[in-house]
Amino acid sequence: MLYAMLCYNNEDTVFAWSKEQNDAVMQKLATVEEKLKKQGRLGPVARLMPTSAATTLRKHSDPPLVIDGPFAETKEQLLGFFVIECEDLEQALETAKELGQANPGGCYEVRPLLLFKDGAVKT
Amino acid sequence: MTELAWIDAAVIAARPQAMAALLRYFRDLDKAEEAYQEACLRALSQWPQNGPPRDPVAWLIFVGRNAQLDGTRKLARHVALPEDDQISDLEDAEAEMVDRIDTSGYRDDVLRLFFICCHPELPATQQIALALRIVSGLSVGQIARAFLVGDVAMEQRLTRAKARIAKSPVPFEPPGAVERSERLASVIAMTYLLFNEGYSASERPLGERAQLCDEAIRLTRLLLRLFPMEAEVMGLLALQLLQHARLPARYDAAGLLILLEHQDRTRWNRSIIGEGLALIDKAIRHKRPGPYQVQAAIAALHARAETAAQTDWAEIDLLYSTLERMQPSPVVTLNRAVAVSKSVGPQAALAMIEPLSDTLADYFHFHGLKGALLVQLGRPLDARHAFDKAISLARSPLEADHIRQKLDALADAYPVPGTVGTVTR
Repeated sequence: MLYAMLCYNNEDTVFAWSKEQNDAVMQKLATVEEKLKKQGRLGPVARLMPTSAATTLRKHSDPPLVIDGPFAETKEQLLGFFVIECEDLEQALETAKELGQANPGGCYEVRPLLLFKDGAVKT
Repeated sequence: MTELAWIDAAVIAARPQAMAALLRYFRDLDKAEEAYQEACLRALSQWPQNGPPRDPVAWLIFVGRNAQLDGTRKLARHVALPEDDQISDLEDAEAEMVDRIDTSGYRDDVLRLFFICCHPELPATQQIALALRIVSGLSVGQIARAFLVGDVAMEQRLTRAKARIAKSPVPFEPPGAVERSERLASVIAMTYLLFNEGYSASERPLGERAQLCDEAIRLTRLLLRLFPMEAEVMGLLALQLLQHARLPARYDAAGLLILLEHQDRTRWNRSIIGEGLALIDKAIRHKRPGPYQVQAAIAALHARAETAAQTDWAEIDLLYSTLERMQPSPVVTLNRAVAVSKSVGPQAALAMIEPLSDTLADYFHFHGLKGALLVQLGRPLDARHAFDKAISLARSPLEADHIRQKLDALADAYPVPGTVGTVTR
């Protein structure tokens, strides 16, 4: 089954990392990603810009309302995600733990996918 | 990366908000600073055991406040001065304080912390130095190295600046809407200057100086988090990011500045540009234009051009004319003339800058541009005259060297009979 690992953390802290700290995290994640890739389990990986770069489309009116945000009222924000093939929840949690060791703080929401479409975007 | 490094990162990120709340609480910069330091020490000993708290800012405020109050109480007992009034005042404020932590009402606190650094009687460089000390928490030594002065000189400068702001009453009452936007305007002007301090160097900045741009971006990010609907804050962050993205291409192997048109654009940082473009797009939707947004829009046009030749100079001309209306300045007109020279031609650009001959008589770039335009117009003697003037006004060997190259090219193109056509280098 495919699982999404939704990474939440305090963006004030994350976007204040020095280049060295940032590189260290990315390096650690890359090692785990490489392992997952060899096992054929790694799906799309994305890192999000801070919420300040985000815009929200509210659909309850016609035409929809475009506003800033989401505003980071909560302590932790969604900052990125992985899609990973896991046999069961136990393996999913094991994988999330491995990824989570790249940096302290924040949390991973481990959530099974209901639908997955492998779009056409190549980077 | 060690655990201590992570605690350090979390504490640094939390500093402006924690210091701001402690300042409101103690109404004294030194006391706030001591409280914050004490809280950091306790974080170093407690976080490795208990893990980082969910809200480091609230933790540091709470622990800092209690630590400082304990200290004040002890002091009161030993010294037996009438500190009691002060303490009871503080305790009255406690309930409200806890509320403020819970509702994350840090916004005006942080703005105040920035704002006291922007005292109108302090010169811009002192405002920046003070903000680096008070808001960012850099050490005096780090700031001294960033400004290329000695530790003692910087210490004295900061002490004088602090003494100056101590004379003015710190505005502790919550600001009204108008006052809040006035404060925000002076604070974003200061972070703009902080960025420029790191960016405007003609040689690759090293060590602490290189971090000034990062620090400015970090502080502007914080301001945008606190004022997420302010189009000008978005504009300023966009501007800083779009300029900072060029860093990997801005200096040659010898560490000297490479002009925009000659930079290897494949070395620009595309993900930083992406964020800058997202922010300026977003800001423009607010339809509340301002000078930072216009400058960011200009930077965005440069960022979107894959080669220098693909630059949309007509649009840049239009944006500079908007900027001229918002912030009339001969330097803005000079920049606009560069765009006009590319989109219309050198004659139109020369006509645009000629009225500035008096105001910019002592400005290096005025004579440099004038010379370049005269070369394009086939007037080598006038061009040479302008370049000579520019060299005499150059502020760095690099600036002088740029002009000498133009003089050499001129000498090659128009050899003067009976004279040596080259210029000593």
